[in-house]
Amino acid sequence: MAGRVIVVTSGKGGVGKTTTTANLGAGLASLGRRVCLVDADIGLRNLDVVMGLENRIVYDLVEVVEGHARLRNALIKDKRLDGLFLLPAAQTREKDAVTPEQMKALCAQLAEEFDYVLVDSPAGIEHGFRNAIAGATEAIIVTTPEVAAVRDADRITGLLEAHELSNPRLIINRIRPQMVRRGDMLDIDDVIEILAIDLLGIVPDDESIIVATNKGEPVVLGGNTRAAQAYRNIVRRIEGEEVPFMQLEEEGWLSRLRSLVGFGRKQRGA
Amino acid sequence: MLDFFMRLFRGEDQSKHVAKERLRLVLVQDRTSLSPQALDALKEDLIAVISKYLEIDETGPDVVLERDGDSIALVATIPVKRAAGVARAGR
Ligand SMILES: Nc1ncnc2c1ncn2[C@@H]1O[C@H](COP(=O)(O)OP(=O)(O)O)[C@@H](O)[C@H]1O
Ligand SMILES: [Mg+2]
Repeated sequence: MAGRVIVVTSGKGGVGKTTTTANLGAGLASLGRRVCLVDADIGLRNLDVVMGLENRIVYDLVEVVEGHARLRNALIKDKRLDGLFLLPAAQTREKDAVTPEQMKALCAQLAEEFDYVLVDSPAGIEHGFRNAIAGATEAIIVTTPEVAAVRDADRITGLLEAHELSNPRLIINRIRPQMVRRGDMLDIDDVIEILAIDLLGIVPDDESIIVATNKGEPVVLGGNTRAAQAYRNIVRRIEGEEVPFMQLEEEGWLSRLRSLVGFGRKQRGA
Repeated sequence: MLDFFMRLFRGEDQSKHVAKERLRLVLVQDRTSLSPQALDALKEDLIAVISKYLEIDETGPDVVLERDGDSIALVATIPVKRAAGVARAGR
């Protein structure tokens, strides 16, 4: 049976697509699944450094679709996890070096060998986006709790629908519980109400992600930070398990006091 | 200090409410926006349908989406010459 091809996309840049792709891939692979990460951000290759695999690139995606390299030779095997591979983007090519038809064929070929093919999409809604979604059978939208990011997520939802990817699931990234509690950040319920799509998970804003990225190690593989837990929960949901949304933060005296006087809703967690 | 707590509990100047309201409005616009091509196609289709019943001045029609806060209306101004075709015959 063919594997699942899931595109990770957002519209807006810098919201955490690459970080999400790396962590979900590593998380799925650590459950024993065979996973191929595809960096579709041609010209702005990133996924390799987030994964810490940048020194091992020989061939890239464009060379594969152009027939200058075999797919098998371009795939980089992760050194930590058995079933985890990366197909890097080309760094010195333009986005239009690849067509949606080529991406479709490539993803189909990968899906024959892997349980999961995760495609890291570039920002924007143009050629690179259309390439990234071309071979996907499912979509994950990443957003942050900010006006511009949520607006772009809504636009992307519409565009995905137009391309027959009609049930995207949402990851809200970089939630800061303290700001939510102060009322200075949109909370999960706000975002879900506005976008009206299914929630796949929540990832807190967490310094451990920056530390992990510095080292080229997906945070999901290193210990028990909140972010790592959040990604593990999402991975289990992708696998079809029902995992309750965990509390993002232990309640402080302030929130106890506020719920005592009936103000403010309790936040759902990752 | 008291003022601080009052604000905290009423939550009036919490910036998330501002964010949510702005998002709501901008999404109403985004979601109902048509590309110029789509609007032209709509206009042509409208003219075709209406022409079955009314003879209209083809140079005159004006079709726009008008926004007022969070409601949107399709406003079509179509100058009519007289009843036409089927409608006329059916009288
Ligand atoms: N939950 C998080 N907490 C802290 N930093 C994060 C989080 N998610 C992403 N980042 C940081 O934000 C930046 C942008 O993330 P990235 O995954 O490259 O976004 P995108 O691929 O959407 O452009 C990176 O520096 C990354 O380390
Ligand atoms: Mg990226």
